[in-house]
Amino acid sequence: MPLLELRDVEARYGAIRALHGVSLTVEEGEVVSLLGANGAGKTTTLRAISGAVRKTGDVTFDGKSIARHAPESVARLGVAHVPEGRGLFGELTVWDNLRMGAYVRGERKTFKQEAPRVLGYFPWLEARKHQQAGTLSGGEQQMLSLARALVSRPRLLMLDEPSLGLAPTVVRELFGIVKHLNAEEGLSVLVVEQNANIALDASARAYVLEVGTIAVSGTSDELRRHEGVRKSYLGY
Amino acid sequence: MAAFLQQVVSGLASGAIFASLALALVLIYRATDVINFSQGEMATFTTYIAWSLMDNGLSYWPAFLLTLGIAFCGGVALERTVIRPFENKPEITIVIVTIGILIALNAATGWIWGAEVKSFDSPFPNTTHEIGGVTISTVDVGTTVVCLLTVIALWAFFRFTTLGLAMRSAAVNPAASRLLGVRVGRMLAIGWGFAAVLGAVAGMMAAPTVFLDPGMMLVVLIYAFAAAVLGGIDSPVGAVVGGLLLGVIVNLLGAYVDFVGSELRLPSALAILLLALIIRPQGLFGHPTVRRV
Repeated sequence: MPLLELRDVEARYGAIRALHGVSLTVEEGEVVSLLGANGAGKTTTLRAISGAVRKTGDVTFDGKSIARHAPESVARLGVAHVPEGRGLFGELTVWDNLRMGAYVRGERKTFKQEAPRVLGYFPWLEARKHQQAGTLSGGEQQMLSLARALVSRPRLLMLDEPSLGLAPTVVRELFGIVKHLNAEEGLSVLVVEQNANIALDASARAYVLEVGTIAVSGTSDELRRHEGVRKSYLGY
Repeated sequence: MAAFLQQVVSGLASGAIFASLALALVLIYRATDVINFSQGEMATFTTYIAWSLMDNGLSYWPAFLLTLGIAFCGGVALERTVIRPFENKPEITIVIVTIGILIALNAATGWIWGAEVKSFDSPFPNTTHEIGGVTISTVDVGTTVVCLLTVIALWAFFRFTTLGLAMRSAAVNPAASRLLGVRVGRMLAIGWGFAAVLGAVAGMMAAPTVFLDPGMMLVVLIYAFAAAVLGGIDSPVGAVVGGLLLGVIVNLLGAYVDFVGSELRLPSALAILLLALIIRPQGLFGHPTVRRV
């Protein structure tokens, strides 16, 4: 049984249909990437899983349907969604942002337990704890957002274009941490990316979204060899 | 000098009342970007409840605390039933709804308790103290202390509790808060509960001097608007500082500027509001609005 399964999910914003029957799965302990151009429906797919957008079709998490769940209920089941734009609380301190990651599982106890583990990946956060999150650099904000998601010890981590607007070294560092989390802690990850090279490198399987439907899917190696994918998304 | 300080102290007492009500406005503004026009009538209504409790034999402080509890529940209920259906509507719609609540509560107050003016006891004795030549009334000190203690308690709640943190998060970024498991609607309702509590404190502290009648908080609310704008409508600290500052300035103007006297205090508060909007639109502690284009 897959950890996450989407069956024929359709979503619309008002009159505009953004997803036309998307089906995909993420197995426990797997990193899966969802590739595609701007406007293909990548972000909407994540929002549909989180319950932040109206949809039809079914979404199951750990065998149970979450198609009718509100975002806060999906979060309670252990799905951590690092949204487009990072979703930080810019006016709050770095530390308060981190603490909010633990909110879903009882803030105080969880934070005390999980903070040391997460700070192991992002040691610099401790020195910046009193700084307003909005004053961090783009790369630091993305790291903070990832760190906050990890504090909840999620069963599934969903990342929405983590590489957007970041320097290549920061992107490599970020995906390095994701790979490490997957290998060491068995974390399941669904990552949305435009940067297909780095995403395929980090994931075992991938889906390519085109205008709201899955156009191609397979293992990352298969997709690298796929001519259409190579030309459109990998650039060689 | 002694007379001047005396005016400052008595200005602080009314300023503390403005500060409480201004803080209530800021709380709701930060959470929903809406000015709650019914804030004054909410305060009046709960002050009448306190009056009824005392009229039925309860002594002051038990009635005071019970009223705060009732105010909190009332604020929460009001948000859940009247505001919630309009949650995703434009701000102007919610503003109109708060004006509706104002009218409804005002009418309800008159209907339940009648329109005649009632007296409302102060919990503080009508005595004065002399400190270094300055005569200070116990009522003024007590009023200031009660209002500021309420403000401090609320600050501690937001600063030190998990629920307070979640409420701040929900106000800053509701969509991201939902993804972290925060029930944002519930946070808004609790915010209304606290706003109602602040209003009740302001109302009960103001009532001994302005007397109890259905329109008693109208003027106080205008002062609170001016205080909130002066301090920065999105800044809780600004609301408190703005309230205290406004209380003192208006009192000093009334005492030392002949033509202001007691009649032109309210217009002078409005003049301060206008000046603040012209010179520093974001207020003393507010954040200037930055739009990314």
